[in-house]
Amino acid sequence: MVVTAPARETRATRTRRALIDCDFHNELDSIKDLYPYLPQRWRDHIDSYGTRGTAGGYYPRFMDHREDARPPSGRRSGSEVAHSRKDFLDPYNIAHATLIPLTAAGRQQNGDLDAALATAVNDWQVAEWLDPEPRLRASMIVPFEDPPAAVAEIKRRAHDKRFVQVQFSGRPHEPMGRRKYWPIYEACVKHGLHVMSHAFGSNGNPILGTGWASFYLEDHVGPAQAMQANVISMVAEGAFERFPTLKLVSVENGFAWVPSLMWRMDNAWTLLRSEVPHLAHEPSEYIRKHLYLTTQPVEEPHKPEFFTQLIEQYGDMVSHILFASDYPHWDSDNPDMALPSFLPERIKQMIYFDNAKALFGL
Amino acid sequence: MIDCDIHNDVPRPEALFPYLPEYWVEHITNTLFKGPTEPPYPPDAPIAARPGARPDNAPPGSNLDLLCEQALDAPRADLAILNCLYAIDSLHNPDAAIALASAVNDWQSAEWLEKDARLRASIVVPSQLPAQAAREIDRVAEQYAGFVQVLLPARSQHPYGNRLFHPLWEAAARHDLVIGIHFGGSPGNPPTPSGWPSYFFEEYAGMATVFASQVTSMVCEGVFDQFPTLRVALLESGFTWLPPHMWRFDKEWRNLRRLVPWVKQAPSEYIRRHFRLSIQPLDAPADNPRQLLQIVDQLGSEDMLMYASDYPHVHAYDPETVLLQHVPESLARKIRHDNARALYNL
Repeated sequence: MVVTAPARETRATRTRRALIDCDFHNELDSIKDLYPYLPQRWRDHIDSYGTRGTAGGYYPRFMDHREDARPPSGRRSGSEVAHSRKDFLDPYNIAHATLIPLTAAGRQQNGDLDAALATAVNDWQVAEWLDPEPRLRASMIVPFEDPPAAVAEIKRRAHDKRFVQVQFSGRPHEPMGRRKYWPIYEACVKHGLHVMSHAFGSNGNPILGTGWASFYLEDHVGPAQAMQANVISMVAEGAFERFPTLKLVSVENGFAWVPSLMWRMDNAWTLLRSEVPHLAHEPSEYIRKHLYLTTQPVEEPHKPEFFTQLIEQYGDMVSHILFASDYPHWDSDNPDMALPSFLPERIKQMIYFDNAKALFGL
Repeated sequence: MIDCDIHNDVPRPEALFPYLPEYWVEHITNTLFKGPTEPPYPPDAPIAARPGARPDNAPPGSNLDLLCEQALDAPRADLAILNCLYAIDSLHNPDAAIALASAVNDWQSAEWLEKDARLRASIVVPSQLPAQAAREIDRVAEQYAGFVQVLLPARSQHPYGNRLFHPLWEAAARHDLVIGIHFGGSPGNPPTPSGWPSYFFEEYAGMATVFASQVTSMVCEGVFDQFPTLRVALLESGFTWLPPHMWRFDKEWRNLRRLVPWVKQAPSEYIRRHFRLSIQPLDAPADNPRQLLQIVDQLGSEDMLMYASDYPHVHAYDPETVLLQHVPESLARKIRHDNARALYNL
């Protein structure tokens, strides 16, 4: 008689697909979590002056992080690697996850503090996340509004291949294609890093192209518009002409808007290419080659066939859609239900695993 | 056929002198005012005027005979709606904005509406001053026939759902006028959440995101709950961006509707009921009518699209060959005239 392991365990491990999660949040319980990684000068500064971003850009929300993901210690959800491992990585069979820390770094008025915070966040990621959990990869935090300082941080860190991308907010101070940011892209290409933009954030401009919205609901619908401005800019400025191996990863901005954007840009280009003679190709060619997008929050079409049509519009670019959970935020997607059940198995396997494996060389 | 979007333009500031108070005539003469800031389209860009649409020494769309010949006679439009894009929103001097908006409307009535019965017009308002805009709407609606909508630029200092604009919505509702939100705008603040782009190409492609933000704002703020008869035409907005926008908006509303308890139905319901869109430019896939028809189907309503030529501007596709020839005749009829007729009570 063959002895087998208890049925429940084998069933769980055998039937659960291995996933790569491209939006997994590591959180600070408080800024003081960074103190072991900050020089005394900046600890004193934060004690006296706090961290100061552009005032008035924040929309209070009644939902923060998932209460069910809070560690027994009572610290913030997502702030302890051991608990996130037990609560999420293990039960959902996450083969790899990319850390995306949303902290005060990257949006400080004080540029020196911003750079010090970025370095501290990266040191904290190495010591408290990457070292204890080999399945994790990280997004490198840089003071992206100060490109020379950002490049210095990239150089300092580039030897550690567990950093797979450099993180931008969803709404940097200038559209992402502007030449100001090119030294960062140059360093990324040199060191084999992708550029990633995570939704939200505010750097002093109104959060809409029409001024300030009133409600957090509008803030939460807006990332698709913000990211389109960044994609348009990256293409129009010729960033992908100058850096042909650069990849742009869009996180938490949705992905259903991409076909319409490509059509609109291609049409605009037929009329206005004399204004952007540095573009050798149709805009959609750059997008199809360079832009990657994560799933959560998956747009939910009104009829199932509309989703199938969307996948068909993507065509070969379906290899650029990456699964993301957004754990442990309130609106995170349950990996079991993130994609419509009727999607062909081949597509599911690409989105849940293969696409990210290829993109990040995992 | 009804053409929902053609453009008449003020040839030069002096053309408005008969309609301006003496103070402003003197002011304009003395300050060498050349008209409001840059037009929404760079005047000599390949997109700004189709061949032969430019009168001598004047901007395209500024000559009535030429406009009627090219935009009405040849395509045989039964009616066309003039959208004068004089950039009142760029005038930071409030008194100048008010005076020039009124002058443009008086000029439109005298020199366009009274000259050709096929024309309808849009009320030009100082949109940055909603209370004064409301006064201008009252004045024009009570004084003149032929104005069927209030024209607002897509870009604005504040999103249009903001309560600052309630006097404007109230006035539009009072006179049963459509709100036409049109491509462009010069409010002075950046057209993207990440600041200023470098190229007009970016503004052109990115304007759809500005429209999306306006739609989000107007639904979230409960404009249509407070003014249930209000109708909005999105002009020169494209429309293929709208289905994915509705999908995300509906999803976020399900999660966050406690923030806006007055929004009682899914946003897509409000959008289908209150918004209409003109079909030029067609942000359509090249050589793939099947995919374009899928998008039309995804809108979930046959009542939303309206024909427009956007004369004298130039776009990539002819809506006739790319869209109208491929849809069932009943839908083509709606797009060519029925939807506009119903919206504007024509």
